[in-house]
Amino acid sequence: MKKRYKFVIDCANCAAKVEDAVRKIDGVHSVTINFMSQKMVLDADDALFDEILKEVVATAKKVEPDCELSV
Amino acid sequence: MTQKQKKMLRRIIASAVLLVIVKLLTAFAVLPEQGLLTAVCYLAPYAVIGWDVLYKAVRNIRNGQVFDENFLMALATVGAFGTGEYAEAVFVMLFYQVGELFQDYAVGKSRQSIASLMDIRPDVANLEGENGELEEVDPEDVEVGAVIVVKPGERVPLDGVVLEGSSSLDTAALTGESVPRDVAPGDAVISGCVNQSGLLRIRVTKLCEESTVSKILDLVENASEKKASSENFITRFARYYTPCVVIAALALFLIPTIALFLIPAAGQPAFLLGTDWANWLHRALIFLVISCPCALVISVPLSFFGGIGGASKCGILVKGSNYLEALAKTETVVFDKTGTLTKGTFTVTAVHPEAAYTPEQVLEYAALAEHYSDHPISLSLRAACKASLDAGRVSDVEEIAGHGVCAKVDGKAVCVGNSRLMERQNVNWLPCELPGTIVHVTVDGFYAGHIVISDLPKEDAKAAIADLKASGVKKIVMLTGDTDAVAKAVAAELGVDEYHAELLPADKVDLTEKLLAERSQNGKVAFVGDGINDAPVLSRVDIGIAMGALGSDAAIEAADIVLMDDKPSKIATAMRISRKTLRIVNQNIWFALIVKFGVMILGAFNMATMWEAVFADVGVAFIAILNATRCLRVDEFRK
Repeated sequence: MKKRYKFVIDCANCAAKVEDAVRKIDGVHSVTINFMSQKMVLDADDALFDEILKEVVATAKKVEPDCELSV
Repeated sequence: MTQKQKKMLRRIIASAVLLVIVKLLTAFAVLPEQGLLTAVCYLAPYAVIGWDVLYKAVRNIRNGQVFDENFLMALATVGAFGTGEYAEAVFVMLFYQVGELFQDYAVGKSRQSIASLMDIRPDVANLEGENGELEEVDPEDVEVGAVIVVKPGERVPLDGVVLEGSSSLDTAALTGESVPRDVAPGDAVISGCVNQSGLLRIRVTKLCEESTVSKILDLVENASEKKASSENFITRFARYYTPCVVIAALALFLIPTIALFLIPAAGQPAFLLGTDWANWLHRALIFLVISCPCALVISVPLSFFGGIGGASKCGILVKGSNYLEALAKTETVVFDKTGTLTKGTFTVTAVHPEAAYTPEQVLEYAALAEHYSDHPISLSLRAACKASLDAGRVSDVEEIAGHGVCAKVDGKAVCVGNSRLMERQNVNWLPCELPGTIVHVTVDGFYAGHIVISDLPKEDAKAAIADLKASGVKKIVMLTGDTDAVAKAVAAELGVDEYHAELLPADKVDLTEKLLAERSQNGKVAFVGDGINDAPVLSRVDIGIAMGALGSDAAIEAADIVLMDDKPSKIATAMRISRKTLRIVNQNIWFALIVKFGVMILGAFNMATMWEAVFADVGVAFIAILNATRCLRVDEFRK
């Protein structure tokens, strides 16, 4: 399942770092963070999507605490 | 400026003022150059400007983010404080924050300018009630079949068909085209256009989320999802760059310091002579300041974002940075003929009468005989005939399928049709040397002449092809289902390198496969079609370009690049925008790398100070961002 979220993040390099970290989460097929349009496109396993999303938020916060993902 | 940015600006000013005061105090010897008191005084501006960097550094280290830019900046400035370079420490932090603020501001600005570019979706629709009263509603709430009213000056909120009124619509926001489009009852109108003159009553044919304007907005907003290879390169590069520079900084400090400690002064190599650990630490700190890859990481996506935004200003929608990048490397452009290079409508191009008739007479007979037909050929005959056509002059019309029409015009038996009709009538007809569809005319059983009808090339087709060649496209191929003679003539007229005629849709795919196999390693093949029936080819090639897509969902769906109007010359424009964007991306990458590595080398040899390092970090970011914002400027490409 592919979903698009608004993702507020301040710096381009942090966005790349978050993208990298999120990609390594189990069950995430692909993820793109677009710094310019402040969006995250997440493609992950259907069955576990909600749990994966929680983990994505936690991972993102760990890498860059000043980011926000709104569902 | 946002609240956050204003707050930061105030902090920068406060810190700068404090710094100047402390600096003046030391200059007038009120404060000593060194010492605890001076350090404490310098701490004030440092704390004002840098507290959040220090805080974030500590917080992110706890999260395991070692190569965090906040941490590196904190380390560099605290180190500078430690070695007694108080003013320098404050200044580096101050400049770092100025750079961050500018970055934030510039990115916000270009985001805004693209958003305003895309501000083409109206917020309200004037819904007409049962009794003709108008109600302002959200376009999302309007159902298909409802009637809306668009006043002059308003934007059309939803796709629909004009019921009443006529006006001209400004489509510039969608197509980049400045000539307005005239609409009358029965015409389809597209959301996003501005109604310029008359009041229009429109029956809605599409829901808001399916309307053209929503589709376009969606497309542009999500365009940079598909990242270009230079974008991926730079994020990969950044991942290794920072750790490498930090390790180099560590080595630059530790190795000489340990060497100084272990080797007695007499045996020290030349580069260690007269140095101490603080000197090497200082050199290492320069590395830390330069280690932030932000200038690179920000300027590349910013450039592509600007390029895509600029292109959409010209009516060219690019679905991803990767396509914008590929476009610059286009080697072969394949055109579908009908509707792409040619108008897709029939026009009378020549009339060859027999000696007894004038061209006008032949045309008039033909147009009258065909008066009741809706065939595209009949329409073109009627359009070409300048005399007014009186239907009363025509009687006894008989259509012969696959042959033509016979009728009585002014009492004379007129037959209009193809060569088969002539043979059926046993009339000696003359072949024509011109390509196109030949319509023969007989009057009272005698041959009166023939009319040549063809699908004319678009006005800008020839220039478009010359433009493409001038911008480095090696081969231009035209594919068509039309006859060889017609294809040959069009190919010769337009200057196409290669043409293939009489193709079935499947042949087009095969031929494209062949061209794909022939391209060079980095070359790309683009296919240009009108989006109808060529979806298989569009999806097969490197860059699928659909044109005349305004209002055609299928084309918007299938293609990688969508030309909102039907001008083939826009392809060369798109290529130019693509080239310009890539040029700016490359300039930024090389400029940043050369300055950064240059300053690092100078720093390692003690020839650069923190000032150069701050320039290599913040200054380079500043210049790269300014350069990147040039991508958004496309006025030179709009005529």
